Amino acid sequence: MDVSAVIMMIVALVLVWGGLVAAVVHLSHHPEEVDAYDIDDDGRPDTPPST
Amino acid sequence: MSERQQFKGRRAFIFAAIGSAVGLGNIWRFPYVAYEGGGGAFIVPYLVALMTAGIPLLFMYYAIGHKFRGSAPLSWRRLGGGAESIGWWQVGISFVIAVYYAVIIAWAVRYIGFSATEAWGEEPGAFLIGQFLQQAEGDAGFDVGLTLVPGVAIPLALIWVFALLVHWRGIQGGIARISMIFIPLLVAIFLVLVVRALTLPGAIDGLDALFTPDWSALTDADVWVAAYGQIFFSLSIGFGIMITYAAHLKQKTNLTGSGLTVAFSNSGFELLAGIGVFATLGFMAQAAGVGVSEVADSGIGLAFIAFPTIISTMPGGAFFGVLFFTALVLAGITSLVSIVEVVLTAIEDKFGLSRNASVFGVGGVMAIVSLLLFPTTTGLNLLDVLDAFANNFGIVGAGLASVITLAWGLRRLGMLGDHLNEVSSFKVGLLWKLMVGLVTPLILGFMFVSQVISRIQDGYGEMPSGYVALYGWGSAIGLLVIAAIMTVIPWRKGVVAAHDAGQGNTPTPGKEA
Repeated sequence: MDVSAVIMMIVALVLVWGGLVAAVVHLSHHPEEVDAYDIDDDGRPDTPPST
Repeated sequence: MSERQQFKGRRAFIFAAIGSAVGLGNIWRFPYVAYEGGGGAFIVPYLVALMTAGIPLLFMYYAIGHKFRGSAPLSWRRLGGGAESIGWWQVGISFVIAVYYAVIIAWAVRYIGFSATEAWGEEPGAFLIGQFLQQAEGDAGFDVGLTLVPGVAIPLALIWVFALLVHWRGIQGGIARISMIFIPLLVAIFLVLVVRALTLPGAIDGLDALFTPDWSALTDADVWVAAYGQIFFSLSIGFGIMITYAAHLKQKTNLTGSGLTVAFSNSGFELLAGIGVFATLGFMAQAAGVGVSEVADSGIGLAFIAFPTIISTMPGGAFFGVLFFTALVLAGITSLVSIVEVVLTAIEDKFGLSRNASVFGVGGVMAIVSLLLFPTTTGLNLLDVLDAFANNFGIVGAGLASVITLAWGLRRLGMLGDHLNEVSSFKVGLLWKLMVGLVTPLILGFMFVSQVISRIQDGYGEMPSGYVALYGWGSAIGLLVIAAIMTVIPWRKGVVAAHDAGQGNTPTPGKEA
């Protein structure tokens, strides 16, 4: 492979897949807020226990 | 609120949105556009287009759907009365694209079987057009007949049955569920394909052709337009899909963080596809003793003619073929259901239809139209002309109307930006407004006007002008007329006003089944 082609392939992969990794990491640093009481963390609201 | 009609969480939405964005275009369009657009140098306009148009527009459509909690027409209606017509235009475009897009998936289904036996023989091109599609030759191909080709019609019917079952299961139980299965499977299959392709003799020549930079291409305006076009068509923006999906999200959803993940996943897959396709084309070129430029192709020619030729030449080609066409089917189905959902949710909102009625009534009509027009001896030319006009006039035109209306007509970009920042981690500001309000209108305006001029001056391909006028221009203008009519029809009492964003009690689009 031509040197310039190898360099551009690496640049493209680093930029695009690096962007994807950065986006996923960014998202993982901002966990989803649950809308309601969700004791089992399944994304569905649960009924709070009566006290 | 119907649980069936809401994404359970962020992950489900992201997979569904990636499923929508990753389609046939990522596999068969991007590699060739990049190759033609300066090879390795194309990464520059491509990333500029992604940052200045793709991602900003994605955010914009997410904000519209999420804030106004409705289908494309209802969200636009809540934004500002007459803007509803943009939503119906998007619904019309989605209807047209869905009815022909399903047909290509049906071909791919058949080609999984053909790959196993390499049924296309020595002449894959003649096999596709003659034996498989049974296309009428010459002028007869430009009539729209109803002579069905069972070999295409039967798998097409099955595709529609599957798609409508997915819709019947709903946003979470149907669309999100299949996306969460199909997308990882698609990536896994493609990784296998890429690894196999890279081990073929000549693969390096293919990569050389794809990545060797031609920096002079960056001074060519057409290359920049091609980059914006690729980003625009590839990300599923402009059809109303992202409005529709975002409307089914919970109030507290990180829209921009999710959007970045979707956008880079789409581009990441596209790049992977580029490597796989060009490594394979390099093998084909070496086997034929010609340069890669002789065999490089895109679209139907690449998938249904070039790839079968390669599969016949390759050791273990049958296995490779089965995987390749399975990948096309998986990528296609998740995109198809997203396009159909735009239409279903819109009709549910406007006419108060139940989910069941819209899926089997409206979806059934789409399936019938698709089955009547395309798996026929005259279906290929119709598919071709509708595809060209739906994309270049429909998607580009509706995108242009969207940004101009929002930024300059209704002047609601500030409000949408505030909404994004209220719920999201990645904040948008003046730069985002500049991209949406200034850069994208200029780019889309240029694309739209130059397309109109070139279609008027040059017609479309080798097609008779009367045919192009009727089905190309006719469909493009017809969609505008239908959009105007749908906008004039009054809403049911209370629907438009039932929006109460930010209070946590807004209805989700579509009625409970």
